[in-house]
Amino acid sequence: MAENPIEPIHQFQVRDIVPFGDVGGVHFGFTNSGLLMVATVIVISAIMLVPTAQRRLVPTRLQLVAEQFYSFVVDMIEASTGHEAMRFFPLIFSLFSFLLISNWLGLLPYSFTVASQVIVTSLLAALVFLTVLIYGLLRNGLGFFKLFVPSGIPWYVIWLVVPIEFISFLSRPVSHSMRLWGNMLAGHIVLAVFGGMIVGLSTIGFLGWLTAVLPLGMAVALLSLELLVGALQAFVFAVLACVYLHDAFHPAH
Amino acid sequence: MDPEAARLMGKYIGAGIACIGMGGAGVGVGIIFGQYLAGALRNPAAAAGQFSNLIFGFAITEALGIFSLVIGFLLLYAV
Repeated sequence: MAENPIEPIHQFQVRDIVPFGDVGGVHFGFTNSGLLMVATVIVISAIMLVPTAQRRLVPTRLQLVAEQFYSFVVDMIEASTGHEAMRFFPLIFSLFSFLLISNWLGLLPYSFTVASQVIVTSLLAALVFLTVLIYGLLRNGLGFFKLFVPSGIPWYVIWLVVPIEFISFLSRPVSHSMRLWGNMLAGHIVLAVFGGMIVGLSTIGFLGWLTAVLPLGMAVALLSLELLVGALQAFVFAVLACVYLHDAFHPAH
Repeated sequence: MDPEAARLMGKYIGAGIACIGMGGAGVGVGIIFGQYLAGALRNPAAAAGQFSNLIFGFAITEALGIFSLVIGFLLLYAV
């Protein structure tokens, strides 16, 4: 930030809040990313636990929010994976609520978007990928590999289809994580570019102040778009996790 | 041209070329939402049931645009 205050990449820097020091050449510390993760968990707990502590038959407004949130995820799992996948409800609900709240908290000024670090999204995607792989192998045994042989395929194209299916299976965690990361990164960079435009224009005098209204309006519009994108990407991440889980339950088709 | 300037030039030109890929993803996302809307206006009763398919197709298509964006970012900030 020293030379250029409106440099759009600066907002993604992970900074130490409480450094713990180095252990074996690896730096440990409580960072702004960690702070936002903790804040996300606190907000989710507040939404889900506080209104449901005293459950009523006629729900209060906040209890209704928690119930709608819950049944939204239930409907999502039942629609894309089926009822037997309800044992993975905690995983899907955690992914969806964590990403939704952290994306929205990341839009606050001076906060940090957890999903704008590729290490976070790739670990979440690896979690989903390994869950599908391990549960699929445990449930179906070697029958899980029928996933790579779609039914109703003539024998002479199987040698072509199987490698393609295999590669597409392996590339799932890559696209799963890159999608969320790229969306968050690109959205925040665009916001910072328009914010930088306001700062740049306001330094050139009165005319600059007048024209700075244009990027300001654009920034407001983009911020509301980012609210939509943050929710949509959390939803997409959770739906794709459900779709991938579907393969663990029904590999052969 | 000195090597450092050539390196910078290649980096910026490459990042610009990488972003062309996003045009294809834009066409794809437009087709997906356009077709969904056309189908939904023909048969509004079936539209709600296809919403998750819409989002799934959108996500798969959009990932390709994101890949080219990632290449652009890698060239700009990691090379």
